[in-house]
Amino acid sequence: MADATLSHDEGHERPNFFVRWFMSTNHKDIGILYLFTAGLVGLVSVLFTVYMRMELMEPGVQFMYIPYEAAPEAMQSVFERLGEALATAGGGTNAFADQLSSVEGSLLAAAQTVQVVSDGQTVDQTAIIVEGGLRADTIAAFESMIATANPAEAQALLGTMDQLDGNPDGHLWNVMITGHGVLMMFFVVIPALFGGFGNYFMPLMIGAPDMAFPRLNNLSYWMYVAGTSLAFCATFIDGGAGPGWTFYPPISAQGVETSRAVDFAIFAIHVSGASSILGSINFITTFLNMRAPGMTLHKVPLFAWSVFVTAWLLLLSLPVLAGAITMLLTDRNFGTNFFDPAGGGDPILFQHIFWFFGHPEVYIVILPAFGIISHVVATFSRKPIFGYLPMVYALVAIGGLGFVVWAHHMYTVGMTLTQQAYFMVATMVIAVPTGVKIFSWIATMWMGSISFKTPMLFAIGFIFLFTLGGTTGIILSQAGVDRAYHDTYYVVAHFHYVMSLGAVFGIFAGVYYWIAKMSGRQYPEWAGKLHFWVFFIGANLTFFPQHFLGRQGMPRRYIDYPDAFALWNYWSSIGAFLSFASFVFFIGIVAYTLRAGKRVTQPAYWGEHADTLEWTLPNPPPEHTFEELPTREMWDRQPHH
Amino acid sequence: MAHVKKHDYHILQPSIWPLVAAVGAFAMLFGAVNWMHSGSPWLFLIGLAAVLYVMFAWWSDVVHESHDGDHTPVVRLGLKYGFIMFIMSEVMFFVAWFWAFFKHTIFPMSEYEASTYVIPDIHIVDPFHLPLINTLVLLLSGCLVTWAHHALVHNGARKDIEYGLLGAVVLGLAFTGLQAYEYFELIAHEGWQFIDGDRFYSTFFMATGFHGFHVVIGTIFLFVCYLRVRQGHFTAEKHVGFEAAAWYWHFVDVVWLFLFLAVYIWGQG
Repeated sequence: MADATLSHDEGHERPNFFVRWFMSTNHKDIGILYLFTAGLVGLVSVLFTVYMRMELMEPGVQFMYIPYEAAPEAMQSVFERLGEALATAGGGTNAFADQLSSVEGSLLAAAQTVQVVSDGQTVDQTAIIVEGGLRADTIAAFESMIATANPAEAQALLGTMDQLDGNPDGHLWNVMITGHGVLMMFFVVIPALFGGFGNYFMPLMIGAPDMAFPRLNNLSYWMYVAGTSLAFCATFIDGGAGPGWTFYPPISAQGVETSRAVDFAIFAIHVSGASSILGSINFITTFLNMRAPGMTLHKVPLFAWSVFVTAWLLLLSLPVLAGAITMLLTDRNFGTNFFDPAGGGDPILFQHIFWFFGHPEVYIVILPAFGIISHVVATFSRKPIFGYLPMVYALVAIGGLGFVVWAHHMYTVGMTLTQQAYFMVATMVIAVPTGVKIFSWIATMWMGSISFKTPMLFAIGFIFLFTLGGTTGIILSQAGVDRAYHDTYYVVAHFHYVMSLGAVFGIFAGVYYWIAKMSGRQYPEWAGKLHFWVFFIGANLTFFPQHFLGRQGMPRRYIDYPDAFALWNYWSSIGAFLSFASFVFFIGIVAYTLRAGKRVTQPAYWGEHADTLEWTLPNPPPEHTFEELPTREMWDRQPHH
Repeated sequence: MAHVKKHDYHILQPSIWPLVAAVGAFAMLFGAVNWMHSGSPWLFLIGLAAVLYVMFAWWSDVVHESHDGDHTPVVRLGLKYGFIMFIMSEVMFFVAWFWAFFKHTIFPMSEYEASTYVIPDIHIVDPFHLPLINTLVLLLSGCLVTWAHHALVHNGARKDIEYGLLGAVVLGLAFTGLQAYEYFELIAHEGWQFIDGDRFYSTFFMATGFHGFHVVIGTIFLFVCYLRVRQGHFTAEKHVGFEAAAWYWHFVDVVWLFLFLAVYIWGQG
């Protein structure tokens, strides 16, 4: 049966490397490009979080500070003053004074010659730059001195430490959270799920030979790369952009963020938006126009449906965001007054338009993951998916409702009670179709003959954790409760449960489910399981304690916190390092699988319940698939599918 | 083709244009940021040139593929779906600008508690003078496109198609000219101020300005169709490019009608 779909390209020479990967019009190659690029950007974005969790591991600013630079004389005077302070406080012990002078000695010994521009001329000057290892040594020395000193001495020392530290670099912190948010939302999750798996498997599932507009498809990919480059510019040029991924004015306004960075970020989102809009047009047209003969809308596999619904959300919401950030751009650079109250503008207007996009965006992120999970759960429960049609209409309902609930992100901006009541009710209504999906997955597993392969572990993990995140979502949907939780770590925990443990689990489930289909080689099962368990424990350890922090009142988006929040921040950081370790391990698994994984020749290697059309193809599929369109017997194998 | 293709879909050859377009877009926007922050405009202009060249080359390829017979009925249907969705996304783009306009007009900041903002004295435009003429010019232009469309699908005289399109293009240019004249009058003589002006000017100029930009694009689109008609392109059955241009032009029309009703008639009151 698979032979019928083989391409007839024996003797037809494969395109060379440049043509294949830079000029592609092949949905499978473009899908692979998307997946790899998203993985790379994901690594950068994850590194930001590791840095942030290192910073947050303990109270006080540990790493992100502006380096302190002083001439040796200035440093000596600091120590002189410290000595005087100690003398006034009753003097220290001899051991203490020795320690102090040894710290002073090591600081002075580290003095370096730096070039300073003075009156247009470059002059050499001796300076002590307190940063990195030297700073860590100094702090450690001070800390041990504090431990042995009396409180008055400790007080004097702490004041001196502040002088040595330089100031905490709050802007660097802001750049990190902005970079993490922007990259994850626009340049990792959508490209991986929608661009990557959507491109590769949606046409295969509906039996289409390629996308409707293959060349446009490649434009989507390269625009995504251009947007990613601009986003990196926004993070690394001119000190970086730090208004958060939501870009609220006035903190994104020209008066606050004066550098080029925010403008780079705005254009990055414009370009990635254009990329996603073109991609959506392509997916919708492919879905409507290129389904296999006889495959009516009610017979299309769920992942293809989820991509279709997602495409509509992108198509209708992204242009609105484009308008909002264009207003921001002209406010910043051309003197318009959309968001500046001094000129009659309104910053809350930006929040409304932003979230009109932003809320559909969160469903854009999760819906394709829903699609993947449906297939994985059915395959490994060895049963057809329970309630196929309700599952389809739940996707549609979630997509539709996603457009009318945006202001639940803004309960605290001063809306009328009527508005808040509406957005509250509308938000809770979304729990109904979401419940339909959750219960259908559970019903699919019910009485199934479940095999706990890695994709299934990720799928079950997804269902459990997404449900948890959804439940905190229902709590947050209450306008009254949200008064207390708004902008606390409770919100951070909530949206990471649905995204980091929802969408990302969906991505991993997809990778393990299909990697042998895409590469012809299977991952080692033990390694996949180890990855799952380390990531599952790590991610929960990261985000579950953040619920407690939020309930204690810890606000989000700060570089530092009072000692009261130390315990759970410590554990959260440990969890983040564990998750990062699992991610590095995952990269290793992928590298190993692609180079040396066991070859898989059987098309439907997960068994007969993986019954969509991609399972009729060889591993990997030939360059061109379905040059002869699939017949109904190939895909319509379940009476109720 | 080396393949034995047994379906009507269009499988394309590899193409360099997407890569060039993306590099051009990156250069253009990187350059734009530098330019806005007092740098030189050159990188922006080079990037813009690359993007415009790709548009030309890419669409030339599409026209050639159409002549090679790649655009089977099912491919044409797909192209139409695609273009309709492109227009839908454009409509949503205008939603943002109307949103800003309606918010500020219905709930002006001057009515907020403790607000010190006072709406400045703004010269009112009479919507039933120049704006009404502009409305009629644009609607008439739409009629001419429909005339050309009729001539095309009913196998009428080719001259009718040409005159219809050319007339639509001329009226499109007239609209742009009149709009530019209105901007000039308002800014030079009536004290309207876009830069550092009240939010009233921001919403007015950005909404009508983006519409004007779309009029220019639509005019170019129609003019390209005119050139193609002169070359003997388009038949009664096969004229996706023409249809897309006509749809686009009607979309521009409709946006203008909303602008006329909201921004000119209601918003100036």
